[in-house]
Amino acid sequence: MSDHSGHTAEHPVAHPGYGTFIGIWLLLLLLTAGLVSLSHLGQTAAVWGLLILTPLKAGLVFYYFMHLKYEGPLFKIVLLVTLGTLLIFFALLFSDVAFR
Amino acid sequence: MSGHVHRDDLGSRLGMWLFLVTEMVLLGGLFIGYSYMRHRYPAEFHHGGGELNATLGIINTIVLLTSSLTVVLAIVAVQRAEKKRAMAFLWTTLGLGCTFLVIKGFEWSAKFHHGLYPNAPHLATLPPGEQVFFGLYFTMTGLHGLHVIVGLSVLAVLLYWVATDRIRQDRYIHLENGGLYWHLVDVIWIFLLPLFYLAA
Repeated sequence: MSDHSGHTAEHPVAHPGYGTFIGIWLLLLLLTAGLVSLSHLGQTAAVWGLLILTPLKAGLVFYYFMHLKYEGPLFKIVLLVTLGTLLIFFALLFSDVAFR
Repeated sequence: MSGHVHRDDLGSRLGMWLFLVTEMVLLGGLFIGYSYMRHRYPAEFHHGGGELNATLGIINTIVLLTSSLTVVLAIVAVQRAEKKRAMAFLWTTLGLGCTFLVIKGFEWSAKFHHGLYPNAPHLATLPPGEQVFFGLYFTMTGLHGLHVIVGLSVLAVLLYWVATDRIRQDRYIHLENGGLYWHLVDVIWIFLLPLFYLAA
């Protein structure tokens, strides 16, 4: 078989419509408003906002706008391995900093 | 020549994702560097963040999030063979991308007027932590801005291809891959907003 058109051959699911993406966009704007509000409540709230709301926003873009939801496991594994590698580097750096 | 056409859209998207993860590692290294420096100079980063215009950062976030939406809506329009609508969405994306750059231009020129630019004499008089803050600010937002320019160039070509039917209902992998790049540009900015503009 030479014609692998991807979505048709391997993803027989229906394409999401305009409404799904507009809903996600509204959610992203709402989360941005939440992030800005938290940053005005003090340092602790701002850090929690950064640690929770920012990855959540990025996750929504990855999952819906970048169609990861509609892809097979391979794409998700590629992304998770990359983010995991970055997390390991982050942990290694701070474990070094902590014992100086 | 036979009419045998080989297409592998899944492989094409996988290739694009592999490229995107190299971009994530590139930017991720800078984010890790930022984390260490903020840990080392918390007060200076707090003060440096106060020097930035948070309102412009928030407006640019809304602009980029909306441009991300219009790209994905352009793909939906192509899937539904709504060519004119797809082109309108792509024009909107280009307009929003240019708006982002103009706002960024105003923001950077204001910093330059205050003597804040790489290797500036005034910058050298600031505490080391603030020098690091502005060094990271110009490096990371500059690298991001470069990605916006590349993304806009790619989207302009894609718009032309939609207009000339090279991208159409049964063949739109290039638009999907170009869209993936633009969304990554959006994701990077999602992290830059709280790290720099809301740092104070």
